[in-house]
Amino acid sequence: MTNPTYREHHPRWLRPRISTYWWLGRWPYVKFILRELSSVFVAWFVLYLLVMFQLVTRGEKSYHDFLDLSANPIVLTINVIAFFFVMFHALTWFAVAPQAIVAHIGKKRVPAILIAASHYAAWVVVSAALLWLLLRA
Amino acid sequence: MVMPRKRPIEPLLWLLFSAGGMASAMLMPALLFLFGLAIPLGWITPPSYEHLRGVLTHPLTRLVLFGVCMLSLFHWAHRFKYTLYDGLQVQHLNELINAFCYGGAIIGTLVAGYVIFVL
Repeated sequence: MTNPTYREHHPRWLRPRISTYWWLGRWPYVKFILRELSSVFVAWFVLYLLVMFQLVTRGEKSYHDFLDLSANPIVLTINVIAFFFVMFHALTWFAVAPQAIVAHIGKKRVPAILIAASHYAAWVVVSAALLWLLLRA
Repeated sequence: MVMPRKRPIEPLLWLLFSAGGMASAMLMPALLFLFGLAIPLGWITPPSYEHLRGVLTHPLTRLVLFGVCMLSLFHWAHRFKYTLYDGLQVQHLNELINAFCYGGAIIGTLVAGYVIFVL
């Protein structure tokens, strides 16, 4: 069909206008939008990591520039907010992992709680390994 | 009934979204806590310049960092696109939003590659 919007003898659609702020009314909807917005802070942190990488590899003086930058009140405020959003993203991401991963052992389906738990466990191990790698003297 | 035309690229975008969601969820909280909060607030002494530089410039670190940046940017693109669709209901700006989100992710990936491997 060349013009799918035009239909002969078709009644007009009943499509009530939904407010732009439809998600403000109920907590689960607010949570959904906040979870989606966490992606903005994920992107922010990519930027932050790249700035860090560039400044640290450029020399000792620019490493101190990076440390100063990270203590800048505006940058620090954004990072505090970003930390809560990134934590929210991580916690909700692992919580829904069982819905995305259907694993079987033999003929038995691996219970959801086990899939979620293994993700949280892996997260703890990875985080500890990162901190060890970066902070060992 | 008019079926919407399927975009064959959709599964790939979803895969990137998913991989980026996993990579950022696994790695970002610890890194953001360390470099965004704990060090600037003085809770933890920053690593020495030599040590941090050594860790960051290791070829494996560069590779992982690039992967995390790329996947996380595509994760952002996919999720933010649907935030605009569902949250603001701006479906009529479809093409503009696609260009902004996926274009942004592609440009960001190129910048990341330049910063991590060339500079």
